[in-house]
Amino acid sequence: MSNNPKLSLGPILYYWSRDDLFEFYRQVADSPVDIVYLGETICSKRNLIRTDDWFDLAERLTAAGKEVVLSTLALLEAESELKRLRRICGNQSYLVEANDMGAVQLLRGRPFVAGHSVNIYNERTLRLLAREGLKRWVFPLELSAATLADMQSARPDGVETEVLAYGRLPLAYSARCFTARAHNLPKDDCQYRCLDYPDGLTLSAQDDTRFLSLNGIQTQSAQTCNLIAELDSMRELGVDVVRISPQSRKSDAIIDIFHRCIMGEMELEEGSRRLERLMPVGACNGYWHGEAGMLGAYPRID
Amino acid sequence: MDLVCPAGNLPSLKAAVDNGANAVYFGFRDDTNARHFAGLNFGPAKMAEGIRYARQRGVKVFLALNTYPQPNGWSRWQKAVDQAADFGVDAMIAADIGVLDYASNRYPELNLHLSVQGSATNYEALRFYQERFGIRRAVLPRVLSLPQVEHVVNNTPVEIEVFGFGSLCVMVEGRCILSSYATGLSPNTFGACSPASHVEWRETEEGLQTRLGGVLIETYRSGENAGYPTLCKGSFRVAGNTFHAIEEPTSLNTLELLPELQRAGISAIKIEGRQRSPVYVAQVTRVWRAALDACRRDPGNYRPQAEWMAELGKVSEGTQTTLGAYSRPWQ
Repeated sequence: MSNNPKLSLGPILYYWSRDDLFEFYRQVADSPVDIVYLGETICSKRNLIRTDDWFDLAERLTAAGKEVVLSTLALLEAESELKRLRRICGNQSYLVEANDMGAVQLLRGRPFVAGHSVNIYNERTLRLLAREGLKRWVFPLELSAATLADMQSARPDGVETEVLAYGRLPLAYSARCFTARAHNLPKDDCQYRCLDYPDGLTLSAQDDTRFLSLNGIQTQSAQTCNLIAELDSMRELGVDVVRISPQSRKSDAIIDIFHRCIMGEMELEEGSRRLERLMPVGACNGYWHGEAGMLGAYPRID
Repeated sequence: MDLVCPAGNLPSLKAAVDNGANAVYFGFRDDTNARHFAGLNFGPAKMAEGIRYARQRGVKVFLALNTYPQPNGWSRWQKAVDQAADFGVDAMIAADIGVLDYASNRYPELNLHLSVQGSATNYEALRFYQERFGIRRAVLPRVLSLPQVEHVVNNTPVEIEVFGFGSLCVMVEGRCILSSYATGLSPNTFGACSPASHVEWRETEEGLQTRLGGVLIETYRSGENAGYPTLCKGSFRVAGNTFHAIEEPTSLNTLELLPELQRAGISAIKIEGRQRSPVYVAQVTRVWRAALDACRRDPGNYRPQAEWMAELGKVSEGTQTTLGAYSRPWQ
């Protein structure tokens, strides 16, 4: 049996108040996660937390024994966004997660992490990025365990693999803000409506099936991806890091359940059952099994 | 500015060539390109014939090889690159880093374009592809405003091609997996968005319902025109309201922006629609040829003519058109 995977906490994908965010990371400092990804990855208009604040948080979490990785914007359009990106990529203290090839370019020759919005779908891509300094990659969300097995068998030395194991799935990015649109507001006058939806704004089909979640310019799954039942297969596949994506409530309980399951202190079925009660809508795991990503949450409709 | 037109099959290719395209783009008959639809695309013999037809008339041919291979399919993409090089296409349009790496190493003479599926929205990303693979041109995702497009052009040595007309993606291409979330198949992995194999139509008391992967996308009351259930263009419920929560079923049409695109230094305008008919290709190519010529002759007095707009309106999705992200007055 290989080593236990490390537990990471992804960047907060939503827009939370300053107090809520700082309180959240106070708890994270005392939690059993090994790695914490910090930073705004969705919308550069969200400015309650400034770049300097992220650096302060990074310092505090490092002092608490966490490995801190600074995460970056996925959709880079404006020069001001590139300017902020350059500052983060140029820092000498922390590893950086690139969520766009622009960041990969700025990080060339230094160790970096590639987030799931950098498309690494085959070993040739993985090898090339490893030559550029890739230290860790997050497995693309829409790919299956079978593809992961192929990728792992060809993985270059010194590259760690991370899998998103819990969280609403980021499915798309746009120039349009769907949260503002839902309130009939233009993006330039969005009135920061994201603040009202700390886990995204749920979108349903006309028959009321909950389907997606709107998070500003990002569209997520309404269902929460949950791969806790796959921890043993991940261990066998040599997955190095298992990621939890933060949600506004009970993230501490979620971290605890994952930690205990990884340490063998809780059965995976029990962990799975407990997590289901903590999700905003329900669970999905279809991608892992090579099927539609939304499957798993409810019986297949054929 | 060059006019780059879609060729889903040989009749469309000829329609594009005959009506004034500077270049046509096409793909092989499999999942190596992002219009992997039944009955579409080219086998080797038709491709050779199409290339001959275009070349004899001074029109360039671009091969789209713009999906993302996984390890178990890699050999298919590699073979497609080999074939593209054998055919001597004027450019290969690719998105995947592995594919670009293979092509630039194995065929240094092969001209490479970064596909819109490569998701490059900024010049730092373009610099990556240019320095590693020597790409000559990039197609920008349909999410940037005109000033942002201009800013990219001013900061990169790579030629920039933008979409001028056709179906509109509001999501950054290459990073949208909505389709596989509902069906298991996406543009990245399969070369199709909202694939027809997963579409279902059902007559109900509420009207004609259309589903994708079992998810209700739209309900049409009698008399309403039913459209294809592309996932992001459905009517959904958010906070008690039912509306096109992501995007209306409209087409992009930038005809009125031509002088500005020309001034911004755009190298080429791309027309979407390899899945559309030869009639569509002929009509759209003819209008855009006329418009580009008029704009080049006298950009100061250029105005889109009413009959051009009417002609394009007839073939637009939902028969409405929009300037899309190019026009964002707040930026």
